[in-house]
Amino acid sequence: MSIPFPARSRFLDPQIEMAHGAGGKASRRLVEDLIAPLLLGDSSGPLADAAQVQIGPASVAFTADSFVVHPLRFPGGSIGDLAVNGTANDLAVSGARPHALVVTLIVEAGLPSRELEAEIRAIAQAAARAGVIIAGGDTKVVEHGKADRLYITTAGIGRPLPGAHLSPSRVQPGDKILLSGPIGDHGTTILLARGELDLEADLSSDTRCVFPMVEALLNAAGPCVRWMRDPTRGGVATSLNELARDAHVGILIEEDAVPIRDTVRGACELLGLDPLHIANEGQFLAVVAPDRAQAALEALHQTQGGELAAIIGEVSQQPRATVLSKAAFGGTRVLDMLVGDPLPRIC
Amino acid sequence: MCLAIPARIVQLFPEEETRALVDVAGVRRHIDTGLLAEDPPRVGDWVLVHVGFAMSKISEEQALDQIQLLKMLGEEQAALEELAGYDPADPVPRLEPSSWSTS
Amino acid sequence: MKYVDEFRDPALISNAAAEIRRLSDPRRAYRFMEVCGGHTHAIYRFGLKDFLPENIELVHGPGCPVCVLPMGRIDDALTMTSDPSVIFTAFGDMMRVPGAQGSPLAWKARGSDIRIVYSPADALKLAEKNPDRHVVFFAIGFETTAPSTALTLLRARARGITNFSVFSNHVTIIPAIRAILDSPDMRIDAFLGPGHVSTVIGCRPYEWIARNERRPIVVSGFEPLDILQTIVMLLRQMKDGESKVENQYARVVPWEGNRAALKAMAEVFNLRPYFEWRGMGFISQSALGLRETFAGWDAERRFSIPGVRVTDPKAAQCGEVLKGVLKPAQCKLFGKECTPERPVGALMVSSEGSCAAYYNYEHRKVLAQIEPAAAVRAIA
Repeated sequence: MSIPFPARSRFLDPQIEMAHGAGGKASRRLVEDLIAPLLLGDSSGPLADAAQVQIGPASVAFTADSFVVHPLRFPGGSIGDLAVNGTANDLAVSGARPHALVVTLIVEAGLPSRELEAEIRAIAQAAARAGVIIAGGDTKVVEHGKADRLYITTAGIGRPLPGAHLSPSRVQPGDKILLSGPIGDHGTTILLARGELDLEADLSSDTRCVFPMVEALLNAAGPCVRWMRDPTRGGVATSLNELARDAHVGILIEEDAVPIRDTVRGACELLGLDPLHIANEGQFLAVVAPDRAQAALEALHQTQGGELAAIIGEVSQQPRATVLSKAAFGGTRVLDMLVGDPLPRIC
Repeated sequence: MCLAIPARIVQLFPEEETRALVDVAGVRRHIDTGLLAEDPPRVGDWVLVHVGFAMSKISEEQALDQIQLLKMLGEEQAALEELAGYDPADPVPRLEPSSWSTS
Repeated sequence: MKYVDEFRDPALISNAAAEIRRLSDPRRAYRFMEVCGGHTHAIYRFGLKDFLPENIELVHGPGCPVCVLPMGRIDDALTMTSDPSVIFTAFGDMMRVPGAQGSPLAWKARGSDIRIVYSPADALKLAEKNPDRHVVFFAIGFETTAPSTALTLLRARARGITNFSVFSNHVTIIPAIRAILDSPDMRIDAFLGPGHVSTVIGCRPYEWIARNERRPIVVSGFEPLDILQTIVMLLRQMKDGESKVENQYARVVPWEGNRAALKAMAEVFNLRPYFEWRGMGFISQSALGLRETFAGWDAERRFSIPGVRVTDPKAAQCGEVLKGVLKPAQCKLFGKECTPERPVGALMVSSEGSCAAYYNYEHRKVLAQIEPAAAVRAIA
């Protein structure tokens, strides 16, 4: 079977920079202009969190993920937690029950063994909590200086839930946008955990497996759930922009309806960052038909961990491919995708 | 040039007189109060922080005055318009001196 | 959040917007310039134009210290990083600004030791922690930020920390305002004065604008209510035929400014005879350099920098946009060759730059030709 590959890629950036990994526009360019055309051939559909693969009669959700974080341990969890939860969440928001993971560890020579053991234990515990099997994996050791202590990559499979039909093409004007809980906790925690800032705050990462909430949502609203995504790197703003673009719709959010903890808001103010652009590791967005939105929200509220879920906005016809944000006092602004990493500002 | 945040002083350090710990919505940061040396802030004061330095004290009184002014915006006009409702031909009723005469 | 939420009260904002509508004369067009880039950012971030009648135009001024820095100064700064002993520090605002050889982030990706700091004090601390390295701090900003740099240098000297130097690109606001008023293409009716610069210099330095140039100027805060109240005050002055300096931001700005801050600046800095501003040419006495007594901490004297003048790409109209002569969307490169992802000039990178603010917050509203009020209705 031959797949037509384009002769030349559209990717024009001369070198790869940190921005290409930040989850915003540069990342999207890297994937859409370089990686997807060459690896996925001619397929022109929007990219999803997990792929649905058919093996004979079985339909399997299939995803991969990689984890690079400094420091390895932080309030609320560690890289091991992120690896399991992140992969499980990709499967969950594609409408599948996470089933099994394989885990690859790339270890920098010099890493104390007890730190590696701590991460392996974290992976085991997170897997138990999430109800997923660790089916196997691989380990490589690289020279000192060739990896930032520990990198983890995963692949995960899951069983698609029968009631789930998720796709940007199902999203329609009038649909409501739900958010499972407060945003900005993870990214802000990591920044503070690096210790370069003179900031103290009672913050921790929100890393967790969101499948129980996803399941509750699908049980309550079934086919009325149109689309879901976990807003990791790039934050809620980036995920919503991707949806607006892929579904050819406009999105209007009420800024004051977005749940944010006071400490996250305070830290972001001090650093000149926008919480809507900051990574989350335990939240998800869902688009639900308007007549089931309230029931869906209540289902989340009844589920452990979903108590702070909120309806934050709705889908509109215009302006297409654009996300608008309205403040409580009435002013609107365009909420754009990140360009690269969120940079703090003093001006 | 202009991102400055209101923050509350929660701790001072006797051994380092230009250092202070401030609180913004539960987040704490150490800042330098050297620019306020002529009238150093005390615990409980609110200051404006820019690039890790306190630039100015925030006056609660002035802030309240300002909110008051903003509340009154348009109140005067609204009051006049209400009065005007009594006689559309004469927008604001006037008291003629002769109406006070007792003769 | 205290001192923030009160100034975003929807009822009061509605009040202020109504007062603006009532005070403005529908038969005339108003052009108000907000000098400070922080105000430009706030206006777009809060969607404040939604509250103004059609006949009030807000013209963006040159008060964005990142935007007015000529490209050559970035290149000068980055050459210092070729010395492996140097740790180069800068605010996040600078990291994506393109020099002729790339932005600081691009140089960092190629291996230069460039780090983001949130305060000049952080840079000094880095120097203390790394005695075998030399820390350079890329100082930018108007008079709001200069005192903090000055105080940091005073501390460096007091503590005998010599592996630290500052590359000073501090500029002053009054010459910029003068350049605007002297410009023949400009017609500005009144000014929103820079709120945080004024916490340092006070309100007196603006008196010549009111007295000699007969333009009202009101020093303004940055919350939505602050900016709307300032516009009310400007309209009142114009209605009464007045031109004076007023202080809307009195809760924070002292009329006489901050003496300790001004003292620190005077001790450390002197005025450069002239300095190049992007798009505005050389302006005399408009920028701060380190005094002779601080020569040991002056990066410009410790490192030999090329000092090459780099002209902006011909098609880029950064200068005209900076002076408010052109709106961002009127620049030929706007939205096409020049976007926040691939910025040609600093105005598209800096969060205060009018091009970036317009592009990020407003542009697509216009592209979709949507009425802002309709967007508000749809969600209500």
